[in-house]
Amino acid sequence: MPPVTYLEAISSGLREEMERDESVFCLGEDIGVYGGAFKITKGFLDDFGEDRVIDAPVAESVIIGAAMGAALMGMRPVAEMQFADFITCGFNQLVNNVAKTHYRWGAAVPLVVRCPSGAIGNAGPFHSQNPEAWFCKVPGLKVVAPATTYDAKGLLKSSIRDNNPVLYFEHKGLYRFPRIREEIPEEDYTVPIGEAAVRREGGDATIVTYGKMVFHSLDAAETLAGEGVETEVLDLRSLLPYDKQAILESVRKTNRLLVVHEDTLTGGFGGEIAAVVAEEAFEHLDAPVRRLAAIDTPVPFSPPLEQYFLPNTEKVTTALRELLAY
Amino acid sequence: MNVETAPALSDPDLAASDLDDLGLGREDYRTLYHTMRLQREFEERIYRLFRQGRLVGAAYAGAGHEAIAAGSAYALGDADILVPMHRVIGAHFLRGHTARDMMCQYLGRANGPTAGKDGNMHCGNWDHHIVGMISHLGANIPVAAGVALASKVRGDGAVSLTYIGEGGSSIGDFHEGLNFAAVHRLPMVLIVENNKFAYSTPTRYEYACENIVDRARGYGVGGALVDGTDVRAVYKATRDAVDLAREGGGPTLIEARCTRLLGHAQHDDAFYVPKDIMEDGWNNDPVTKAESLLLERKYFNREEIDGIQEEVKGIVDDAVDYAEQSPLPEPEEALQGVYAD
Repeated sequence: MPPVTYLEAISSGLREEMERDESVFCLGEDIGVYGGAFKITKGFLDDFGEDRVIDAPVAESVIIGAAMGAALMGMRPVAEMQFADFITCGFNQLVNNVAKTHYRWGAAVPLVVRCPSGAIGNAGPFHSQNPEAWFCKVPGLKVVAPATTYDAKGLLKSSIRDNNPVLYFEHKGLYRFPRIREEIPEEDYTVPIGEAAVRREGGDATIVTYGKMVFHSLDAAETLAGEGVETEVLDLRSLLPYDKQAILESVRKTNRLLVVHEDTLTGGFGGEIAAVVAEEAFEHLDAPVRRLAAIDTPVPFSPPLEQYFLPNTEKVTTALRELLAY
Repeated sequence: MNVETAPALSDPDLAASDLDDLGLGREDYRTLYHTMRLQREFEERIYRLFRQGRLVGAAYAGAGHEAIAAGSAYALGDADILVPMHRVIGAHFLRGHTARDMMCQYLGRANGPTAGKDGNMHCGNWDHHIVGMISHLGANIPVAAGVALASKVRGDGAVSLTYIGEGGSSIGDFHEGLNFAAVHRLPMVLIVENNKFAYSTPTRYEYACENIVDRARGYGVGGALVDGTDVRAVYKATRDAVDLAREGGGPTLIEARCTRLLGHAQHDDAFYVPKDIMEDGWNNDPVTKAESLLLERKYFNREEIDGIQEEVKGIVDDAVDYAEQSPLPEPEEALQGVYAD
């Protein structure tokens, strides 16, 4: 099998699940005739028909609410937010209806909401956001954010097969990222929700990250490796639940922690990781936990502003150096 | 009914015709009346328990809505899905929740439908095809549409029936849910319980059209305006809408007019409701109206009606005793059930 992109892995994962299980169907804006704004569902309408590839009105609350209703009936909807930013229009359905249903009256709500997230260059405040942290404090939801092509497919399959609502954040900047084209198994496989992956081993410092920032972190680690510093890069892959043990194990080994995410700093998921390390591995730390994230502003549009806003390899490298120098 | 044949929408007596030819027999009327009486008795008891400090949390009642609850849910078949709101506990009873279930729910007991995880009318139960409501009004209209979407795609013939107050009909989910159901011709019935007040806000501050059901034309769905205090009218309108939905005719918007005979909840004495409206409401009390009908038509005599009232009182007495003797949940059960296995 030739190497595929992250986008192709998502698409083939979704297709295979629809072939495997008749209860899986897609619902979203422009996913049918148009094949989705990013072409994840290109060709699906012809192959699966309009009962399973449903073009929805521009109405995120009913996309998520209707997905919940269908899920209660035993179906496995995969709802697409055209951009993760638009999930706010379905916020109430997710946090109050979908997330609390099993706790309140015991009915499972097995649905997936696919959320194309992240900045890809001058898309401005409403097509660039990383809203995952809003949902990581909602008991009843699961949240995943794959960084690699292999994981994109494996985590999507796990999300669809999970009996709980899963928000699946797919970073738009990874869709066609040449570096992560890879050969993935032809046979069926899954990646478990809740398990982190060590992307690079090292003993001098730990970077905990996820999504596209995995690659900026790996590049920063590579730069510092040339200077004799070995950095461990831990890709969380899942944010809710997240792999606390993997974080603690790495920090206990390296004694220094940098958390990196593309979401803004304050209230970002990095705060949770810093807190748990402070609570459970404080005596192992040789330096204060460091967080690197986007600055606390809306995502600005113009190139110099956006570049100033976003974390990148250079900023990760600088933060890592400062952490090591403490 | 489709849009073209939808009857004139401003005639409140619209569905009052043909009500003698519904095919309902003595047992049907007994069930309908029993359900309405049980709702009234149960909710009066809930209010009393609240005043006595024996209730957990808030008390809501559907006094004035009993005909809507009973008449609509009675039009459903076993496979249909009820997506109820807070003033239709009678619909819960018809679908299989018992007075004991609902009293345990109100008292936060471990053996209630939510095992103490949520209170009052916030309970679903998939065994009875009941979807649990949430406090956010309108949120379950999209859910009811999704339930109906599953039925349409599978061709299982089931219909979803959901409700909203005229107050909740202002929220965006009303539009999104009904429009989606209309576009996909989904087997869904939406009843707007128009009781004239959204908590304290009168309809003139809620919507500018003459009737909520006028919106049906805008959505391209059938509409019906019914007297929500007449159990037969509600039953007929719902049954017609359910039949249409089952045949693939898409959703129907039913506006059922009634008067909320109490405040929004126990703490609210409804001082803001003009006296004439409240008097008119009590003069059209749906439970009394149903009783008069049954006596007039000689379906039941006075003694039998009194017997039903005694029976209902006994059911509620038993429910209170049962619930108060039932265990509260263990504290650590708060940890259970966040996720499905």
